[in-house]
Amino acid sequence: MNKVLMQGNKVIGEAAILAGCRFYAGYPITPQNEIPEYMSERLRQVEGGVFIQSESEIAAIHMVVGASAAGARAMTSSSSPGISLKQEGISSLAACQLPAVIVNMMRGGPGLGNISPAQGDYFQATRGGGHGDYRVIVLGPATAQELADLTMDAFDLADAYRTPVMILADGMMGQMMEPVVFKEPKPRVYPERHMMRGAGTGKHKIIRGLILDPLEMEEHNWTLERKYRVIAQQETRHELYRAEDAELILVAYGTGARIAKGAIKRLREMGIKAGLFRPITLWPFPTAELRELAKRNKDFMVFELSTGQVVEDVRLALQGYARIGFHGRPGGVVPTPAELANVIIRQYDPKQGIAEHQ
Amino acid sequence: MKKVFCRPKSMTDTVFHYCAGCGHSITHRLIAEVIDEMDIRGITIGVPPAGCAVLAYKYFNVDMIEAQHGRGPATATGIKRMLPDRVVFSYQGDGDLAAIGIAESFHAANRGENITVVFINNAVYGMTGGQMAPTSMLGQKTTTSPAGRASLLDGHPIQISEVFTLLPGTAYIERCTVNSPAAILKTKKAIRKAFEYQLDCRGFSLVEILSPCPTNWKMTPIESNRWIDEVMSKKFPLGVLKDLPAGEAKKGGKTP
Repeated sequence: MNKVLMQGNKVIGEAAILAGCRFYAGYPITPQNEIPEYMSERLRQVEGGVFIQSESEIAAIHMVVGASAAGARAMTSSSSPGISLKQEGISSLAACQLPAVIVNMMRGGPGLGNISPAQGDYFQATRGGGHGDYRVIVLGPATAQELADLTMDAFDLADAYRTPVMILADGMMGQMMEPVVFKEPKPRVYPERHMMRGAGTGKHKIIRGLILDPLEMEEHNWTLERKYRVIAQQETRHELYRAEDAELILVAYGTGARIAKGAIKRLREMGIKAGLFRPITLWPFPTAELRELAKRNKDFMVFELSTGQVVEDVRLALQGYARIGFHGRPGGVVPTPAELANVIIRQYDPKQGIAEHQ
Repeated sequence: MKKVFCRPKSMTDTVFHYCAGCGHSITHRLIAEVIDEMDIRGITIGVPPAGCAVLAYKYFNVDMIEAQHGRGPATATGIKRMLPDRVVFSYQGDGDLAAIGIAESFHAANRGENITVVFINNAVYGMTGGQMAPTSMLGQKTTTSPAGRASLLDGHPIQISEVFTLLPGTAYIERCTVNSPAAILKTKKAIRKAFEYQLDCRGFSLVEILSPCPTNWKMTPIESNRWIDEVMSKKFPLGVLKDLPAGEAKKGGKTP
C-alpha cells in the first residue's frame, strides 16, 4: 500500500476498517472525535458495517458487548473521562471472554481535566480498570505508523485471547498527522462456536459474567488468570533505542518516548551515553526484558506525562537492582526534549549515577 | 393417552428459584410458549437483566447473554444490528429499565431498535430485599421508604409505557398483568404480538407486565393479585398504549 499522510485518530479508524471491524459505537469526546466521525463515514461504505452514535459511553461499550457476542469485530473509543464510564462494560467483556478493541486517547485529569495530551490513565488501563480480577491487554503506540499496526494487532490479540484490548495513546497521538503505510491485515481466525447467533437446532449458548457459586467463580477467576499468564509470557513487546552502549536508560512510552528520543539525541551531543527502553505493551509490561538490562545498566530514568505511574512498574521490574530517577509532567503539559535533557543533566552524574526518585 | 400439557421446548428442565406467587415464572413460561408457537427458538437471543431474573439464562432454552444492570437494550442493540434477522428480546425489571438503565432503554426505543423489551413492573426491588423502585406507589412502604414513598422526597412512580409512547421509534406498547388466568392469556397475546412486530421489522416493542411480589409486598399471593387490581393498575392502567400500523412503522435501528 502507498504511504499516506493522515491524522492519528483517522489512522486508527482506517486500520480498524482494514482489520475487519464492522461495528463501532461511541460518544464524542475531545481529543478523539475524529474516530467516531471517520467510522461513521467508513462503516457506511463497507458491507455489513454498523455505526451507532450512542447516548453515552456506557451504552457504547455495552453495544460493543452485544456486537462482539454476535461475532463481529467491534470497537469503541473515547478519552479519559469517557473511558472511566466504560469500565463496567470492559470488566464485563473480560468476564465473558469477549474480544473487543477500546481506544483511549488520554487527556489531562483527574475529573473532567482538560483536553491536552496526558498519560494519567496508565494505572487504570494496566490494572484492569473496572471491578474484579482481570487484566486488559494494553498497547502503547508512539507513532502514527504504530497506531495503524497496533490497531490491527489489537483485533488479532482480542480474538486470539478472547479478551478486551486497549490502545492507550493520547491527544497528541490522536491529533498529529504523520505518514503511514497500512500493512496487509491477517485473515480473521475466530471460531464460530464462540459466537452467539441463535441456537439453531442445537444446544443453547449462555454468555454471562454472573457466577453465583463462589467455588465456580473462583475457578473462573483462575481460568482467566491462566490466560493472562500466557499473554504475559508470549505477548510482551518493547523497543530499545541507542541502548547498546548506553550508561543511562530512559524508560518512557507513547508520546513520552518520542520526547525521550529527542532528549537522548541532545544528551549524546553533550557526551552523556543515554538510551531508551520503550514498553510497547503496557500490560503485559516487559518486566523480564527491563530486568535483563539491569544486569549491565545501573541507572534508569523514567519519564512520563503524569505524576508517576509507569515508574511503579519499573520499580517492580528492577527490584532495587538499579537506581531509578523520575521526571513527570502531568495535567496536559507536554515538555520539550530540551527540558527533559536539562532535567537529566541536573539529576544525572555519570560518576555517581542518577539521583534516585523517592 | 393424549398429552395436553408439557414444558415448552424453549424452557430448560430447571426448577425456578422464584418465590411462591411471583410473576416472573409465569412470564418466563409465556415467553417460552410464544417462542415455541412461533417456531423461532433457533433464531432467538435473549438478554436477561440484573435483578430477580438474573438467572433467566438458566431457564430459557435459547441463546442468552447476561447484561450488566440496566444495559440490556444496549447489548440487545449490538446483537440485533449485527444479526438483523434474529429475534432479540431484553427482559428487564423496574430498577433495570426505569432507574439504572433508563438511558439505554429510552434511547434504544427512540432509535426504534427492532427489539422487544419485556418489562416486569412489580413496584419494588425484589432481589436486593424490597427497596423502593422508581415504580413504587406513593405511600408504599419499602425497606428504603419506611414511612411510605413520598413524592417530595422520592419522586413519583414512573409510567414508563406512557412515556415511551411519545417516541416515534416505538411500534407497539401494551401494559398487562399476570394476576388472573384471563390476564395471563392476554399477556401471552401481547408478547406474541411484540415478537411478531419484531419479525415484521416495525421497530421497538415493549410489553409492561404488572407483576406480583408477595415476598416484598409482605402479602399473600392472593392479596398481591388483588393489590394489582385495586391499587397498582390505578396508576398503571392496563391496555394497549400504542399500536402503530405496519405502514406507519418507522423501521428504525438500521444502518443504511
